[in-house]
Amino acid sequence: MNLKKRVLITVTLLASALLSGLVVYTRANALPVERVIHITAKKFEFSPDSITLKKGEPVVFEISSEDRKHGFSLRAIGVRSDVLPGRVSRIRFTPDKTGKFTFSCDVFCGDGHEEMTGTVVVTE
Amino acid sequence: MSKFDRRGFIKLAGLGGGIVFASSLSRGLGLNALGSVVDYANAGLENDFYFVQLSDTHWGFAGPKVNPDAEGTLKKAVQAVNSLEEQPDFIVFTGDLTHTTDDVQVRKDRMSQFKEIVAGLKVPTVHFMAGEHDASLDRGDAYQEAFGKLNYTFDHKGVHFIVLDNVSDPGAIVGESQLDWLKGDLKQQKMDARIVVLTHRPLFDLYPDWDWATRDGSAVIDALMPHKNVTVFYGHIHQENHHMTGHIAHHSAKSLMFPLPAPGSVPKKVPVPWDATAPYKGLGLRSIEAKPKQAKYEIKELNVTRE
Repeated sequence: MNLKKRVLITVTLLASALLSGLVVYTRANALPVERVIHITAKKFEFSPDSITLKKGEPVVFEISSEDRKHGFSLRAIGVRSDVLPGRVSRIRFTPDKTGKFTFSCDVFCGDGHEEMTGTVVVTE
Repeated sequence: MSKFDRRGFIKLAGLGGGIVFASSLSRGLGLNALGSVVDYANAGLENDFYFVQLSDTHWGFAGPKVNPDAEGTLKKAVQAVNSLEEQPDFIVFTGDLTHTTDDVQVRKDRMSQFKEIVAGLKVPTVHFMAGEHDASLDRGDAYQEAFGKLNYTFDHKGVHFIVLDNVSDPGAIVGESQLDWLKGDLKQQKMDARIVVLTHRPLFDLYPDWDWATRDGSAVIDALMPHKNVTVFYGHIHQENHHMTGHIAHHSAKSLMFPLPAPGSVPKKVPVPWDATAPYKGLGLRSIEAKPKQAKYEIKELNVTRE
């Protein structure tokens, strides 16, 4: 084996080692993958209106309105957002307790606003 | 309060006047130059009076299982007030005068019809305020056209009344601008002024999952807190509820269209069905006897039918 070949093999081995190290490092330090849940709001319902989550699993709610301004409030978890037509509102959180929690529209939207609710169930 | 009750109250007040007078001696009574007694602590405060609170009339609502007399209940309430043998000094309506509708013209028509009905009240002074059903869909435009300002103050016999709007913003927000207005008004009041706040939604978190809260209500309460004598009368929750935030009492009134369940008592907030064996059960109006000198308010719940 001539010198040129030896250098090439060494460089290749080093590069492979570096790359695998980088992959391992990246995996170890990557942010947990968020579960994305799409929710639509319209007079006077959320779809879906029942959502099951796992405790400790990060989620992002992507909420959009099909008609007018609404609100999304999940008080037990301490999150809320206005929900506007033509925009996606994102709410990120990681449930830290189990249970059944109500979410509701907290922007008055007409006759039926009071019924615009849903539930989040957080399991172990 | 019936004439009998009112007279009874006046008698009691008359009898008790001496006791109040006696107890006042230790806190600021003195002789003026003419030798008459002056109550310095209560200077500017006048006699007891009473007013009537009506709330959540939801004119335009239709739901026979909830109220088969939807078109008659408000009229009966007007008759009930008119039949009080001693008429109140004034009447307040704490919001949701009309039931909400997306149709602007129907909204205006409902407000006109409501005004026509309450024009039948014998008492000439009536103070209105908006509920979210009246004002949230158009930021109070139709309401202001029909009834005037959304927030204002008035004074009556030594009591300072503040009408707060927590509905024209559909997010149940009083807002920075109105908060500044409130703080400016409060600055002009003595710390022991008799203050009554009239509003639609509860200013505290009664049950936010049912929309029974004001998002920035705590800022309002913080502004009111330094004042010693503050009482809040509100509507929105269609039932009586009495709550204290520190020394501030909050009293909600019954509806004149349909009752709602107790906070959080059922999974979903839906009107309590009509009870044919007890018509108008859960509905009502109230009289409030104001005693400015003692900074006290005596509430008496009255039936729609006065039976």
